[in-house]
Amino acid sequence: MSAKDTVVKDRRNPLKVARGLGSSQSGVSHWWTQRVTAAALVLLGVWFVVTVLCLLHADYATAHAAVAKPWNALLLIAFVLTMFWHAVLGLQVVIEDYVHTRWKEVILLVAIKFLAVLGALASVLAVLRIALTP
Amino acid sequence: MANTQRPLSPHLQIYKRQVQMMTSIVHRATGIALAVGSVLVVGGLLHLAAGEDSFNHFKSIIGSPVGMILLVGWSWALFYHLCNGIRHLIQDAGLGYEIPQFIRSSWLSVAGSIVLTVLVWAYVMTAGGAA
Ligand code: HEM
Repeated sequence: MSAKDTVVKDRRNPLKVARGLGSSQSGVSHWWTQRVTAAALVLLGVWFVVTVLCLLHADYATAHAAVAKPWNALLLIAFVLTMFWHAVLGLQVVIEDYVHTRWKEVILLVAIKFLAVLGALASVLAVLRIALTP
Repeated sequence: MANTQRPLSPHLQIYKRQVQMMTSIVHRATGIALAVGSVLVVGGLLHLAAGEDSFNHFKSIIGSPVGMILLVGWSWALFYHLCNGIRHLIQDAGLGYEIPQFIRSSWLSVAGSIVLTVLVWAYVMTAGGAA
């Protein structure tokens, strides 16, 4: 098809062709979600470090009881979910920046999502199991 | 390959080395390191959920010399990424773009991360070693 044909056949409004391309895609929501999860991680990260430090010499029973406390269980789940979400968004940008072979890029992008979902689900199940078993 | 017909941005090698460039690269590196280090968080929770033997096993792993080195690295990576992440958020709000401010906040991220890491590990040591 020559350029002339396209001009004649394509009666769509140019905006119609531009939408969904370049910066009109989901870039902003990716960027914004990365910032929101970052802000949440400032709080949750500091809380996590302090909590771990408080459990420094804890034996099994103490650590188990601490994680089972409702607030701790809740914040732990929030921390882990936010962390994996933020990490996937961040790693996605890194992969898009450096991996220029399309199929490798796609495989990596899917792989980090699989791994993050597995990690997040495993963590949530672990916390629930700790919180719900006496 | 690069299309040399168009103007190319100056190559990395001819850039003068600057602290802002280092803080940016290290933010990315610590981000990746933390993503790998998330295995530690998940591992800890899974071992705690799996019972006393498994939890003690996890404690002995992270309490070993290799485990401790990883933990020191992980904590510094987290603190650096945290400090510089806050710097990023402030800059995203449109603040701190004057060059002197930009350089000063770069050094603040570096210094802050080292201070926090030293404080945490001083606490761990005075409390009698990890795990
Ligand atoms: C503790 C609080 C945290 C804050 C305040 C924070 C903040 C940020 C910010 C603002 C960015 C965007 C940087 C940019 O656009 O250049 C970012 C990127 C990233 N973060 Fe975090 N983050 C935190 C924790 C974490 C954690 C726990 C992980 C991993 C599990 C992580 C992994 C990443 C990755 C992989 C990137 C992408 C790096 C890049 O694109 O250069 N972050 N972080």
